[in-house]
Amino acid sequence: MKYISFIIVLFVSPISSAKELPTLIVYAPDYFTSEWGPGPSIEKAFEKVCNCDLKFSPGELLPRLVLEGSNTKADIVIGLNTDVTKKALETGLFAPHRQDNNKLELPIEWTDDTFLPFNWSYVAFIFDDRIKVMPESFEELANMPDDIKLVIQDPRTSISGLALILWIKAVYGKNAEEYWSRLAPKLLTVTKGWSEAYGLFTDGEAQGVLSFNTSPAYHIVAENDNSKKAAIFNEGHYPYFELAAKVASTDQPKLSDQFMEFILSDSFQNLIPMTNWSYPSAQPQSAWPDPFSKLPIPNEVQYFNSKEADSLTKTAIEEWRRALSQ
Amino acid sequence: MAPRLVSIGAAMIVALVVLGPLIVLMRLTSDQTTFSAADWAALKFTVFQAAYSAILSVFFGFLLAQALFRQSFRGRQLLVLMLGAPFILPVLVAILGLLSVFGHNGLVNTVITAIGLKTWSIYGIQGILLAHVYLNMPLATRFFLQGLESIPQERWRLAQALSLKKFIKFRVIEWPVIQKISLQAFVAIFVVCLTSFAIILTLGGGPRATTIEVAIYQAIRLDLDFSKAAILGLSQFTLTGVIAMLALWFLGNRNSLSGGLDRPKIIWNNSIIRSIMDWLIIIVFGLFLFMPIYFIFMKGIGNLTNLGPSVWSAAFNSLLMAITSSIISLTIACPLTHKWGEALGTLGIAVSPLVIGAGLFILIRPIANPFDYALYVTVLVNAIMGLPFAIRILRPAAEDIRQDYLKLSKALSLNTIGWVYWIFLPRLRKPLGYAGGLVAALSMGDLGIIALFGGAEFTTLPLKIYQLMGAYRMDQALSASLILLILSFALFFIFENLGRRSNV
Repeated sequence: MKYISFIIVLFVSPISSAKELPTLIVYAPDYFTSEWGPGPSIEKAFEKVCNCDLKFSPGELLPRLVLEGSNTKADIVIGLNTDVTKKALETGLFAPHRQDNNKLELPIEWTDDTFLPFNWSYVAFIFDDRIKVMPESFEELANMPDDIKLVIQDPRTSISGLALILWIKAVYGKNAEEYWSRLAPKLLTVTKGWSEAYGLFTDGEAQGVLSFNTSPAYHIVAENDNSKKAAIFNEGHYPYFELAAKVASTDQPKLSDQFMEFILSDSFQNLIPMTNWSYPSAQPQSAWPDPFSKLPIPNEVQYFNSKEADSLTKTAIEEWRRALSQ
Repeated sequence: MAPRLVSIGAAMIVALVVLGPLIVLMRLTSDQTTFSAADWAALKFTVFQAAYSAILSVFFGFLLAQALFRQSFRGRQLLVLMLGAPFILPVLVAILGLLSVFGHNGLVNTVITAIGLKTWSIYGIQGILLAHVYLNMPLATRFFLQGLESIPQERWRLAQALSLKKFIKFRVIEWPVIQKISLQAFVAIFVVCLTSFAIILTLGGGPRATTIEVAIYQAIRLDLDFSKAAILGLSQFTLTGVIAMLALWFLGNRNSLSGGLDRPKIIWNNSIIRSIMDWLIIIVFGLFLFMPIYFIFMKGIGNLTNLGPSVWSAAFNSLLMAITSSIISLTIACPLTHKWGEALGTLGIAVSPLVIGAGLFILIRPIANPFDYALYVTVLVNAIMGLPFAIRILRPAAEDIRQDYLKLSKALSLNTIGWVYWIFLPRLRKPLGYAGGLVAALSMGDLGIIALFGGAEFTTLPLKIYQLMGAYRMDQALSASLILLILSFALFFIFENLGRRSNV
């Protein structure tokens, strides 16, 4: 039967579902919409209250949207990141989110009225139990024994990789390049994306990996594995927000607003920790479930707003490239 | 003439899919579309690593092919068939397999450190070359083996009758074939390595190993600069074009090696030293090629039963897509089995899939919603990307058939359809099976542009593997990879057997 439907899909023109309900199209990254991501449960929860059909469209976000321009079918884009929001804003494709930023519970004050965070965590190095003494600063990280190896992500191809170079830029400023050249011997390799790096780490290739301070929660909850821990640095950590925005050209403005409001509601926020393995954006620490409330959390924040991030990105990537090319 | 029209039509499809996207992207002008110093460095490194990877793959592939050609033993057929495996491995899986053997905590380093030596690091240019040789050398081996086996036995007999010296025999009989195949294999592998991406980033060890493909990725995803991506894609296209043309010019018009009467293979009188050398080569390369696969198998087998139904339905989708791609690819390849066709086909893998994906997206937009067509486009692009291999495999046999039967058929006034049905296809059966299997297996493992500009609910197995990895589920990702490996191999095996079954 499936075979037949495939043949139909393949050779006859695509069939669009002829439902009466209005459709809300949400562009989201691939990991988000998969059955292991938060997408499916969010879809269910929203459809219960909206009397609509929520459709995720997985794939690239900004490149897709820019290619489509204002003709896009998207109503909402979810899964953007602060380090690219300035470019996103300049496209003029987004509308204000119209939500109260005071409802957010974030480590920084949120003033952006276009992009609305729906989850967050800190960028951090995760180590396995071969590391007995955790580094407590970037200096200690660079001074770890020579046989300790780290895997990081390429800032040119990975958003978490980009967050790391901005983090180091925030801590070291003009000396960032010098720090990178000291860290270089510790780096086993630089991967295309987070998945490859984390795969190498869980495979035992490296003792440490660039990830998020909430990553150990997955291993604790799903695998009952307490061996993976985040190193918390005294200098403070770079927060990593994932954002949603309303597309200006939406043909479902009311539904879109309803969805933006839904993002800050408990029924959305409650789903985030155990499906996205990060902190919910609009719930205080006291509301976080176990083990998130018990994970070690940095005391300080190092952060560039999207304007600063945009102006520093080129230099920071170039410094990183030079230091690691020697 | 009808056959020529079909050839032109096939060529147009290739040109449209490859060049169309480049042209439409280029028209999205931006203010700063220049080739920076970093881009030039990336271009230099791209050519450098691709050339070295191709030279090494061809050389080692030649050594192994010769050894396999001379020795006959039980299981040789199976070994030759298994040689297809590395080439069809999804890149990510291949990397993990290689790391189990050569990685920081891999088998080799465990042995090395046990005997007191310093760990050997795979990360750097050495790792890139190792992985590229691993993936492509088996392909070169198959090309050489196919070529050596196509030498008519009559020539060996004649050489024996004339008691030619070993060197003379090599020079006169083998060298013309080897020269030709070396060059063709070099071009194919060089072009594959031009757009290599995940291997170079993961095993390259850092930004020293930056290629054009990385720059394209950055231009599209970070800078949203599509015309820059198109210009970078054009440089890949030009490189491939120049290399393919040079090879054509160098090869010129060589006589094909037809004229045998399919006599049984003569038994080689191998000296003992020769045999020992051959066996050493077979064992060393055999281990090199199969150890990583063995480790993937061991890692994946544990969670095989824990995979949800969605993984299996994605596997089913991938199978159907792979078979469809393969059939389309063979259909386009057959009319292109001549000199210019081979050069044109090479362009099928010349340009970054990202550029092609973005370009086709723009091309389809005015007509329809690209997401509705993501599936078709992915199938078509996979078919085009399989072309260089399909044409390379089909061309020698196709040319022989034309040389041997075209005049007779004309004398009998056989029409085109009759020619294709009664003469061309039946005689092409064996290479068609091999080419079909290779393309199907390749498309099976390809993440494809569906992942980049997809958007359908339609997921493929490679996409599922990435989703699992992106959701921390590494163990299940490995098991899904094992399924991918087994299915790809099964496709390859079935196609190849379809080709062998009947002796025409």
